[in-house]
Amino acid sequence: MSTQSIAWAKTEVSRRPLVEKLHEWVTTVDHKRLGILYILYALLFLAFGGVEATIIRIQLIRPHNSFVSPQVFNRMFTMHGTTMIFFVAMPILFGFANYLIPLMIGARDMAFPRLNAFSFWMTAFGGFLLYFSFVGGDGLYGAGNAPDVGWFAYAPLTSQTFSRGHSTDFWILSLLVSGFGSIGTAINIIATILCMRCKGMTLGKMPLLAWLNLVMAGLVVLAVSPLTAAQLMLLVDRYLGGHFFDTQAGGSAVIWMHFFWIFGHPEVYVLVIPAFAFASEIIPVFSRKAIFGYPVMVAATICIGFIGMSVWAHHMFTVGMSSAANTFFVLSTMAIAVPTGIKIFNWLATMWGGQIDFKTPMLFCAAFLFQFLVAGLTGVMMSAAPFDWQLGNSYFVVAHFHYVILGGIFFTLFAAFYYWFPKMSGRMYNETLGKLHFWLFLIGFHLTFDFMHIPGILGMPRRIYTYEPGRGWDIWNLIVTVGVFFQAAGVLVFIGNLLWSYWRGKVAGSDPWDAWTLEWSTPSPPPTYNFATIPEVKSRRPLWDLKHPEDPDWQYE
Amino acid sequence: MNGQRKVTNARVVRSLDTLARLVLPFCGSVVGGFAAPAVPWLSPTNIFAPVSTPAQSIFDLSRFVLMVTASIFVVVFGLLAYAVVKFRKKRVSDGREPAQVYGSTQVELAWTVIPILIVVVLFLAAARVIASIQNASPPRNAVEVTVIGHQFWWEYRYPSLHVVTANELHIPVSDAEHPAPTFLTLLSADTDHSFWVPRLAGKTDLIPNHPNSMWVDPHEIGLYLGQCAQYCGTQHAKMLLRVYVDSREDFDRWIQEQSRPARVSAAASEGQTIFERTACINCHTVAGTVANGRFGPDLTHLMSRDTIASGAAPNTPENLRRWIQDPGTIKPGSKMPAMGLSGPDLMAVTSYLETLH
Repeated sequence: MSTQSIAWAKTEVSRRPLVEKLHEWVTTVDHKRLGILYILYALLFLAFGGVEATIIRIQLIRPHNSFVSPQVFNRMFTMHGTTMIFFVAMPILFGFANYLIPLMIGARDMAFPRLNAFSFWMTAFGGFLLYFSFVGGDGLYGAGNAPDVGWFAYAPLTSQTFSRGHSTDFWILSLLVSGFGSIGTAINIIATILCMRCKGMTLGKMPLLAWLNLVMAGLVVLAVSPLTAAQLMLLVDRYLGGHFFDTQAGGSAVIWMHFFWIFGHPEVYVLVIPAFAFASEIIPVFSRKAIFGYPVMVAATICIGFIGMSVWAHHMFTVGMSSAANTFFVLSTMAIAVPTGIKIFNWLATMWGGQIDFKTPMLFCAAFLFQFLVAGLTGVMMSAAPFDWQLGNSYFVVAHFHYVILGGIFFTLFAAFYYWFPKMSGRMYNETLGKLHFWLFLIGFHLTFDFMHIPGILGMPRRIYTYEPGRGWDIWNLIVTVGVFFQAAGVLVFIGNLLWSYWRGKVAGSDPWDAWTLEWSTPSPPPTYNFATIPEVKSRRPLWDLKHPEDPDWQYE
Repeated sequence: MNGQRKVTNARVVRSLDTLARLVLPFCGSVVGGFAAPAVPWLSPTNIFAPVSTPAQSIFDLSRFVLMVTASIFVVVFGLLAYAVVKFRKKRVSDGREPAQVYGSTQVELAWTVIPILIVVVLFLAAARVIASIQNASPPRNAVEVTVIGHQFWWEYRYPSLHVVTANELHIPVSDAEHPAPTFLTLLSADTDHSFWVPRLAGKTDLIPNHPNSMWVDPHEIGLYLGQCAQYCGTQHAKMLLRVYVDSREDFDRWIQEQSRPARVSAAASEGQTIFERTACINCHTVAGTVANGRFGPDLTHLMSRDTIASGAAPNTPENLRRWIQDPGTIKPGSKMPAMGLSGPDLMAVTSYLETLH
């Protein structure tokens, strides 16, 4: 009965003119539409950031290359970093959080739908503001230039003395604006998870995805606020004669570093915890087993959240802190390996004894486990401060954090795309294209980022637009650049798959994976109101209970 | 007792080394290959080819850390590979779900406690090296050099030896019989920089308004390369480091030559006049003449250097001419303006600079 009325409403909508439909998307406060807007927006910026990365890698394919000028190269790495962190990774994760959290906790929308729309548009305009600098950032340099201060924008390179014109202002303002959006979304996620859970869903019965996003949102509030404060201080320095970071007037360059990294390191966990959340939902379903050690997984995440707030200065081992401070941050940084290791072991234990079905989402999750293991171990190497005195700011670091962000976060994101695409679009993706994407991207990723560790060990610093021959770096840089083209091909296959499947894919049905969380009890795509009647749950896997009435979970939890 | 513990440690490290090589041939060969400290294998800036105490103790620590992390990798990767192969879905399935296991306190405790122990060991190893490098105080015979980072070149001042030079640092060798470490005070004139010569020591940043220090005691004579490791602006890439480690006699001779004022030659007086009448002297010093600018490198003994433009080009008359005429052809974005001299003036100034030995 209710299905019929939805279908009827749909044909009605499709007859309306395009302008009206677009208007509906622009004014929407529906968490699912906003989620999809976040994701599409992030994919657009992924293309920008990808093009910038490709330019960087073509320039470095051989020593003394002159594909771009040093000025352009410096803009490219600044824009690549800023774009990928603030306008790809964060919005795409917020998009999934927005889409999934209400569905998974049995709610009809987020707690504050209007704040939700406001936050999205703040983030969106922040990104467009940043890119407007390509045409509007002129000043004393001449027309059209993007910021070139690096994504962590160390003082005093950002002062009026060293950064003339307005490119740095665009950078500051875009991060300020999108920062407000991030804080709004974080508050919304916290309120939704704490107040909107359906009947029977105690905190201990929430899906792990909700738990992990709760911790992530808490970190966003704690971490983005100091960044926003620092950006305001920098604006005061640049335009109102402040001297917070103005070293020529007694200001401190080191204070900026502290402000930036007390944002910047928790930010890593802001990005990786939602990635853990995807893995924690997908691995059990494709292994056909409940997650191993649910309470430990929650505790480990909260531990990561707390310890993650106390490790920021490991980005600053080379700035001349006292030996006591260095020693403290070695300890806190190494300590975070423990809860992270616990998570990896629990995922492994979830797979242990299962019947693992290597569909595309699970392939990406398996690769994630391997790559996150490596990323964690290179992280442990650099947490030993003296080793970091050699490796810090070299290509080893660049390889390490791309291993985390691409090998960890993006691999689970791709898994999430394939896993929830049927729910969002109502269609199945093409499995063959999905596997082609996986293998192309895997080969490209390992060509690029495995071999990128080596020039770092051989003394190649990051952020150099060219390098001298005879340093033994040439061959490694060539291989690294070749890998980029495999990754680009993989992403093109991915986009093609999404587009093809959206129009031509097999109809998915409400529960194509035989999964266990509430979102799979709704039609695909879910109606605006999500649930005709708000569900009531008795365990962490309500659909398992439904499908196995003889052996329900709530008897064991 | 201490000695005995050292032996045991060495034995443990050795057996871990053997284990890593046996189980993981690739990893083992990489670690083993990097472990040849005397020969710069693969690169003149290889961090695993130390010739000075700080770099050596970092190398020793990193070998230990690599052994531990490689062992963890082998174990966890083995488990992952086993799970992926062993627990794949069977082609013919009975349609039944596998046994549902919700967790196990003992297992969780095991994989919490073991990592904590590993972390404690790694932490103690790192803390010891931090203290040994950072808390060392200069002996009385230490050479003291003040390094000042500029966009995009290095200024070196030897306060007690009254020498000022640029871009090519000379320090004495410090061998077992004549230990003579060099202590560097790191300052910056503008933005952040970082002093990184991988074979001598880890990097330390040069931050305006925030003096730092580091020390090296190279055991072998030679030229050691490196470069600025903290993004400092447009030409960060061509802010190269060259450290010449000289024998004690060569170093003393070099100091003696560098502390003399410029020898003015009559043949180059035309060039000198042009040099002193144009903007050159706003930025450059030639000791013993009116040129006393400090924004650019000291040129008093320019011809004693192998390179110009902070290592970006060999110091040849041709390169000098190109550099004076338009530095952008060698180092676009450098702070030196194109001088726009006429042909004869350019030749004269270059000839003058060529007399500054």
